[in-house]
Amino acid sequence: MTLTIDGVYKQFGRFPALAGVTLEVRDGEFLALLGPSGSGKTTLLRVLAGLDKPDHGCVWLDGVDFLALSARERRIGLVFQHYALFRHMTAARNIAFGLEVRPRALRPSRAQIAARVEELLSLAQIEGLGGRYPAQLSGGQRQRVAVARALAVEPRLLLLDEPFGALDSKVRKELRGELRRIHDATGVTTILVTHDQEEAMALADRVVLMNHGRIEQIGAPAELDAAPASPFVFTFLGETNRLACEVAAGVARFEGFAAPVICPVQPADGPAVALFRPEDTRLDAGPRAEGLPARVADIRGRGPVRSITCQVLSGQRLVAEIAEAAAERFEIGQRVHVTVRRVVLDAGESGRRGALVEPASPVRLTA
Amino acid sequence: MAAPSTASISRPDVVALAAPGVSIGLAPRRRPWREPSALPGFAGALGFTLLYAGLIILLPLAALAARPWEHGPLGVVDAILKPRTLAALRLSFGAALLAAVVNVGMGLLIAWVLGRYRFPGRRVADALVDLPFALPTAVAGIALATLYGPSGWIGAGLARLGVKVAYTPTGVFVALLAVGLPFVVRAVQPVLDDLDASLEEAAQTLGAGPVQAFFRVILPALAPALVTGFALAFARGAGEYGSVIFIAGNMPGVSEIAPLVIVTRLEQYDYAGAASVGLAMLGLSLLALVAVNAVQVALSRRGGR
Amino acid sequence: MSASNLPDRRVGGLVPALLLVLALGWLALVIGAPLATVLAEAFSKGMGTFLATFHEPDALAAIRLTLLVAAVAVPLNAAFGLAAAWSIAKFEFRGRSLLLTLIDLPLSLSPVVSGLVWVLLFGARGWFGPWLEGAGIRVIFAVPGIVLGTILVTVPLIARELIPLMAEQGTDEELAATTLGAGGWTVFRRVTLPNVRWALLHGVLLCNARAMGEFGAVSVVSGHIRGLTDTLPLHVEALYNDYDFVGAFAAATLLAGLAVVTLVAKTVLERAMPMAIR
Repeated sequence: MTLTIDGVYKQFGRFPALAGVTLEVRDGEFLALLGPSGSGKTTLLRVLAGLDKPDHGCVWLDGVDFLALSARERRIGLVFQHYALFRHMTAARNIAFGLEVRPRALRPSRAQIAARVEELLSLAQIEGLGGRYPAQLSGGQRQRVAVARALAVEPRLLLLDEPFGALDSKVRKELRGELRRIHDATGVTTILVTHDQEEAMALADRVVLMNHGRIEQIGAPAELDAAPASPFVFTFLGETNRLACEVAAGVARFEGFAAPVICPVQPADGPAVALFRPEDTRLDAGPRAEGLPARVADIRGRGPVRSITCQVLSGQRLVAEIAEAAAERFEIGQRVHVTVRRVVLDAGESGRRGALVEPASPVRLTA
Repeated sequence: MAAPSTASISRPDVVALAAPGVSIGLAPRRRPWREPSALPGFAGALGFTLLYAGLIILLPLAALAARPWEHGPLGVVDAILKPRTLAALRLSFGAALLAAVVNVGMGLLIAWVLGRYRFPGRRVADALVDLPFALPTAVAGIALATLYGPSGWIGAGLARLGVKVAYTPTGVFVALLAVGLPFVVRAVQPVLDDLDASLEEAAQTLGAGPVQAFFRVILPALAPALVTGFALAFARGAGEYGSVIFIAGNMPGVSEIAPLVIVTRLEQYDYAGAASVGLAMLGLSLLALVAVNAVQVALSRRGGR
Repeated sequence: MSASNLPDRRVGGLVPALLLVLALGWLALVIGAPLATVLAEAFSKGMGTFLATFHEPDALAAIRLTLLVAAVAVPLNAAFGLAAAWSIAKFEFRGRSLLLTLIDLPLSLSPVVSGLVWVLLFGARGWFGPWLEGAGIRVIFAVPGIVLGTILVTVPLIARELIPLMAEQGTDEELAATTLGAGGWTVFRRVTLPNVRWALLHGVLLCNARAMGEFGAVSVVSGHIRGLTDTLPLHVEALYNDYDFVGAFAAATLLAGLAVVTLVAKTVLERAMPMAIR
């Protein structure tokens, strides 16, 4: 099964929810549509489900014009954000629904339907709950019923709209693993919409990061980490520190150290703002340490990693993530030196990347 | 000094050719007649709805609006301004107004008692309030006429005091009291139930006595619901026929209600005249509705709800 | 009826007692007394005379007619209520509020006016009067007119029950059913209808009570032909005007009984409703 999305554009009122999205979804993959609110990810999902029609663009599924099919004809499984379980039907009837409404010719026998329901109940690990009504189920259980219901019709695509949003964090983590397991067991192509980057990075084979209706980057989670395509990608995917620096020949120079710039790939020389992760930040308390002088302001966290906040002379605060054993060497008020492994350059306030504009020089835009 | 326009630069994948001041704005999409939806069955359902409503409601009302003008605008005016008609309109609307006012007071009292006190038979009393809603008006009509008639329980007693209720305008008023009561009670009850207890408690801690708390805190909160109840009771009472026709004297110019004037004109095949009175009644009701809405708006503006 | 949110006030103290007496007294006077009168008068000449009323052919005809009219008006208005609620509550379109106002309009009409309008359309001197006479169809002073008058009076009742509920329930379940492959009727039948069944029943109950008890509108269109175009409420009037008070009140008792049954069923339903729907 190949799903090709080509140049999809949709406008709501004055602003474009989708501003030309092109994407190819591979058979059997687990794809995450990630982005902040308003990025267009839910709109794209709804277009795929047939609940909204785009203004321009096409979608092809195995060579067939997908947009020409109605929501009913598309044979996709959709899990709504609030599950939309049929409140007056038991979990088993909910799951059986898609099979029961098939035209007579295609409808399986009652026994077959019952067997399939049992199969799905155990796949979703809610055996025994088939006779309960949605109101009698917990949030996590309802979510499993919703997934089972969507899978009952053997869809070509499984679409999930922020399925974990309404759950508390412990249940959320548990169900994440469940969802991946179900995906692996059934092999169905799955597209998950979420604003939680941790979730997307943990679950998906590929992540599609969206912003303002456009795709910022597509790639495996590791790729997005190692080679972010833009400062937006970098800042969205994790905590970032900011520090002023001077760029020369692809290297960002700070007081006391230098770090390679991984994005943009060809940065312009001159002053800039560097962004970097706490994990890439190193602290050295030794007497002949190199790096930016700073003072430890706060130490937090428990378990294998500590977050140490330092304040540099300019007053700016940086957070470093240090392993527990190493972190024990530090205490509040101590003088340390900061070095950073690699940085991304911020685009600046007006959205430009690279150098600040001097008067009378033309604006250079990099792709 | 080229100051680039911000809009063009915020989309770095678009090479900016724009001169300063030109923005790439998007033309607002014209709102379609209906929001598209993946849900089926709109056309059919709406079509049936419009057909039914058109035939059952719109068409008859069109006849009502058009027929009075058969004899020209003067004919309409003449039909309405006949002393008999005016007297009937005065009686129907006047008695309804008075009864609605009384019902506001008594309805509030009953809603209060039902909502705040516990006593044996509370549920029965509560169900009883709905009776005028469910009881056929003719049944209420003959019951009231008998009750307040010369040989009825109440009528006989009042007769000894020299008070005559049945077959007088007073009878109309009394009958409308029963008709309008449930409207006020049912309008007030939900608001009373939802009333935040902490408001009254705050008033108490600030030193207000129960009476003060009632008039300064509770009553203003209930005002919109009371106005709604009043409006419903009034509207219902003005058009009421079955409950009233038996107890009213039906003497033209004295104790004749407006609906009876319509019936009489119809019997005389004076369709235009009947329609004129009907239209006048509708007009007065709509006027009252507008007035009530204005009061509601004024209340909500003051109350900040 | 929900309990008050203030601490339980058992009736104690002079003022509450006074208010209670006043309120209950008023209720008894305004609503209780007429009801009692109906029963007292109906049985004033004993059970035998009471029952004899219902052996009269005219009374039986009146009952039959009332049942017939309700049997036509209520299902039609229910179908309308469902269709109107579906289009208004589940979709957005221009003119929605206008349609809502139109549906509510009959509530502002005097029942007599609701009958008058049909005479204006189909009466001897109505718009379609001459045409109907030519075709030999009788609407006014015949059963069709009575049905039309009853329909107009009761048309908003079921719609007004369903519209807010269906709007509150939203479209998610219906959309989910669509993505699972269900067609329009199936979605309506298996998802929407079960979700509103109690409200529908409630509305049907009220609509039925009003339809069977309607007097003003029917009085105008019926022609008062005993045994033919008298519904039960009109029959009550006819007996009363003939000074057959026992007969009138006996028939009235039947109608009052219907009202009481309706109220009881309504109360039971209202108690069951929140649990069924939430």
